[in-house]
Amino acid sequence: MKKYILDLEVVEVSHPHPRYVLIKLTDTKAPLPEMVPGQFAQLRIDGSSTTFLRRPISIHYMDSKTNQLWFLVQTVGDGTRQVAKLKKGDTLNCVLPLGNGFTLPAGKDEKILLVGGGVGCAPLLYMGKWMSEMGCRPTFLIGARSESDLLQLDLFEKYGDVYITTEDGSKGEKGFVTQHSVLKEKKFDRISTCGPSPMMKAVARYATESDVKCEVSLENKMACGVGACLCCVQDTNDGHKCVCTDGPVFDIKELKW
Amino acid sequence: MVNPVMTASGTFGYGVEFQDFVDLSKVGGIIVKGTTLNPRQGNPYPRMAETAQGMLNCVGLQNKGVAHFCDHIYPMIKDLPTRVLVNVSGSTPEDYAECAARIAELENIPAIELNISCPNVKQGGMAFGVTPEGASTVVKAVREAYPKTLIVKLSPNVTSITDIAMAVQDAGADAVSLINTLMGMAIDAEKRKKLLSIGTGGLSGPAVKPVALRMVYQVAHAVNIPVIGLGGISSATDAIEFLLAGASAIEIGTANFLDPAISEKVAVGINEYLDRHHFSSVKDIIGALED
Repeated sequence: MKKYILDLEVVEVSHPHPRYVLIKLTDTKAPLPEMVPGQFAQLRIDGSSTTFLRRPISIHYMDSKTNQLWFLVQTVGDGTRQVAKLKKGDTLNCVLPLGNGFTLPAGKDEKILLVGGGVGCAPLLYMGKWMSEMGCRPTFLIGARSESDLLQLDLFEKYGDVYITTEDGSKGEKGFVTQHSVLKEKKFDRISTCGPSPMMKAVARYATESDVKCEVSLENKMACGVGACLCCVQDTNDGHKCVCTDGPVFDIKELKW
Repeated sequence: MVNPVMTASGTFGYGVEFQDFVDLSKVGGIIVKGTTLNPRQGNPYPRMAETAQGMLNCVGLQNKGVAHFCDHIYPMIKDLPTRVLVNVSGSTPEDYAECAARIAELENIPAIELNISCPNVKQGGMAFGVTPEGASTVVKAVREAYPKTLIVKLSPNVTSITDIAMAVQDAGADAVSLINTLMGMAIDAEKRKKLLSIGTGGLSGPAVKPVALRMVYQVAHAVNIPVIGLGGISSATDAIEFLLAGASAIEIGTANFLDPAISEKVAVGINEYLDRHHFSSVKDIIGALED
């Protein structure tokens, strides 16, 4: 898939949560390039004195009709805090699309479970949209600490059935995603997950025990994003692999988890 | 070379990774990733830490070995529309020489860059590059095995880089390139932990540029062979500063991560500078500092 360096224009910025910023962008000169769910972009950070590199952020949503690309960014450090300061009309320089996406269903009847936690839910929305356009209806299982940490549920509900766990029980079932009753009630053909590492490891354990295919999206610290620097490697059964070009999505059978 | 701009080893993959961003025919050359005689897994993750105006890495020469390079990578890159050079590393002088001899057989590789300055491997690497005797031993061994252009990449982690450069010149090097990364360290204060898997790493990026520029200036005045300058070059102006300090060519490294198209932009920017100052050739500005 051809990669681009694009100056995209910010069309809308919102803060759906104190720690998250949702940025909607467009290309004012041309249609946005094709990109698939699970891929990411490298965002240039301007104006941060302590950071240096681009920030890898997953494709949250892309719509060719509106020519819009969305990023949902969790503000964790100086780099992402600069992203959160963007305003309508600003320009964001992005290198995209990078990496390999989630495995798409082979047919309409394939039952896919998309498990997300925290900002890891971001790429699952685009996956839901993509599947919906294929005539599939995925099941989303979303975990959060508390009801206030759950974002964009209305959007996820548009594309699939949504199940929720919260650690404090304020919404959905109390506990962790791997404890949700939907896992006992329904049988899935494949699980794709993105979120905190402990959550993905728990999902991977569940998938292995239940003999369900499973893939996870990793977010190792990255420099180049294009497979040149070999900084973001993951130790796999086949040696060190680059998360940026061999991933970020990996079949759990490849990983030493 | 069509111009003095090259891309530094370990920052540009094998060139093909950047073909969507750069017209490779517009850069003078690319130096592909460090290659060793035997495959190397490199160091464990985490291998990178960001710093103000730079980054530390401790990749540790991960590569699949020279046989894999010759059989699988070379066919893919031999017809790229630019000069393709290979960075060669090793843990003994014999290793270096054997690896270089294998690459000498590859018709479309006109030169190698000998890495005697990698700070991230326990054996060999920088150990050879920090004494004139060590550097000389490796360069002599490779010189006997390698008849084409031999560039030696120098470490800045030394007391006198000019002593090393002169030793390398006497041992038969055709050119030197400098600087490799500066050894550094990063710590996470909150977690009270080292940020790199092996504790230390090599610092690169704009943070090292003044150090690199000083060393290029000193070495260019100490040796008669061409000097290739690198270290934090992120713009045409940076590149021109290195040429004025005495470098005959430059390499762009870490800046490729921030702007994958930077190498081509620097080449264009150098030409604009030459036009603006009425110079007819890059040669006119090499070492052309005024009093």
